Amino acid sequence: MSTLTITALKDILRSAAGEDDGVDLDAEILDTPFTELGYDSLALLETAARIAREYGVTLSDDDVDQIDTPRELLDRVNAAARA
Amino acid sequence: MTGAVVTGIGVVAPTGIGTEEYWRATTAGASAIGPITRFDPAPYPVRLAGEVPGFVPEEHVPSRLLPQTDHGTRLSLAAAAEALSRSGLTAAEAPDFGIGIATASTMGGFEFGQRELEHLWQLGGQHVSAYQSFAWFYAVNTGQISIRHGLRGPGATVVADQAGGLDALGVARRQIRKGTPAVVTGGVDSALCPLGLAGQLSTGDLSGAHDPERAYLPFTREARGHVPAEGGAILVVEDAEFARDRGAPVLGEIAGYAATFDPDPRDPAADGLPRAARQAIADAGLEPGDVDVVFADAAGRAGADRREAAAITALFGAGGIPVTAPKTGTGRLYAGAGGLDTAAALLSLRDQSIPPTVHVDATDPAQEIDLVVGRARPAALSTALVLARGRGGFNAALVVRAPLPGKPVHTKE
Repeated sequence: MSTLTITALKDILRSAAGEDDGVDLDAEILDTPFTELGYDSLALLETAARIAREYGVTLSDDDVDQIDTPRELLDRVNAAARA
Repeated sequence: MTGAVVTGIGVVAPTGIGTEEYWRATTAGASAIGPITRFDPAPYPVRLAGEVPGFVPEEHVPSRLLPQTDHGTRLSLAAAAEALSRSGLTAAEAPDFGIGIATASTMGGFEFGQRELEHLWQLGGQHVSAYQSFAWFYAVNTGQISIRHGLRGPGATVVADQAGGLDALGVARRQIRKGTPAVVTGGVDSALCPLGLAGQLSTGDLSGAHDPERAYLPFTREARGHVPAEGGAILVVEDAEFARDRGAPVLGEIAGYAATFDPDPRDPAADGLPRAARQAIADAGLEPGDVDVVFADAAGRAGADRREAAAITALFGAGGIPVTAPKTGTGRLYAGAGGLDTAAALLSLRDQSIPPTVHVDATDPAQEIDLVVGRARPAALSTALVLARGRGGFNAALVVRAPLPGKPVHTKE
């Protein structure tokens, strides 16, 4: 299973939940909370569903609740993919 | 008790995106009824519709909202943005819970729902969008508009088919009477996808004609049903004093409103429309003689048209008042019709001109109404009655009155 990169995650976020007008996703966002990026819990559920389809890693709703930043999401997905 | 005044209109209609574009086309008697282009209608008995042409979602809806919105919700967001912009109202201008919202919906986000159902059956549940949880839902326009514009006052969604558009305005007026300074209201519907059309076909009320000029002919001997359409209007309604204090443009007042329900659909004499019309006029503190023009529901079915014509002549006398149905140029807009007809009525009062009923050459002689056909008719207008009926026995009537002399009047762009 391939590794989920921040670039791929940005593409998934844009396609799953759009991009807030006041937010620059191309900036350094690894440690910016999803809430500051304009993504609410439903946007993250949709993102998680796409990751599950494309990367074969299923995050539970509880997992999604506990993830605050893109870095945490990448770490969780890639750790699960290696396991 | 202070009045409820309209301070902004936003329109997305088959005949125009934007209030003035719609109004120019409507007064010119333009028609947007044509073959369905959104999908191939060949397998269906109905091939015509009034589609909103050239709507580019990216121009009206933030990117963030595109993946989570149905086409109809995007249309409603565009209309709400225009209405608020024209009224000059923003959340910052009102107390924290001072702006409410009440919209009408007939079908919800069918196109979005159809796509996700296709994903479910073709690809599996993992492929259904998380946004399906609300994107298809009747209340979604109310929700998305309120979130986008920070409207934190009382929220409502009315579902009463075509009557719902007027009922939403009635709800807005009630919220204002209870102390909410302003309410964003009206309705926008869109279900021009195979699933939506299938749902509408089940009513048996749609015209199967293939000639756009002859498909929707209310009040004529050729009436064979209606053409479905999408779009509608969103209005900003405000407490008159609140609007005056902030110097808002006033297009007119919601002077009267009433809703009735037909007691028994098998009994034509039980038609609730005349009662709704009478009660709305009385609610405005007026007599029928004070009304200058009627915007008809115009079902386009022989029996329903005859009953509406009879209701009008019972109130105003045979040929006693000009009657028009500009929705003959758009098709029937379901929940979108009440707001759009009210917008047209207010613009008629502004311009002292009644837009024509299009495609209709001559009414059924048995229906003794003075239908405005051919071209717009200049007239001295201060008060208009708007009628709407919804499938299932819903009737609604609304009276709008021009601003009183000396009060600020909305200026033309």
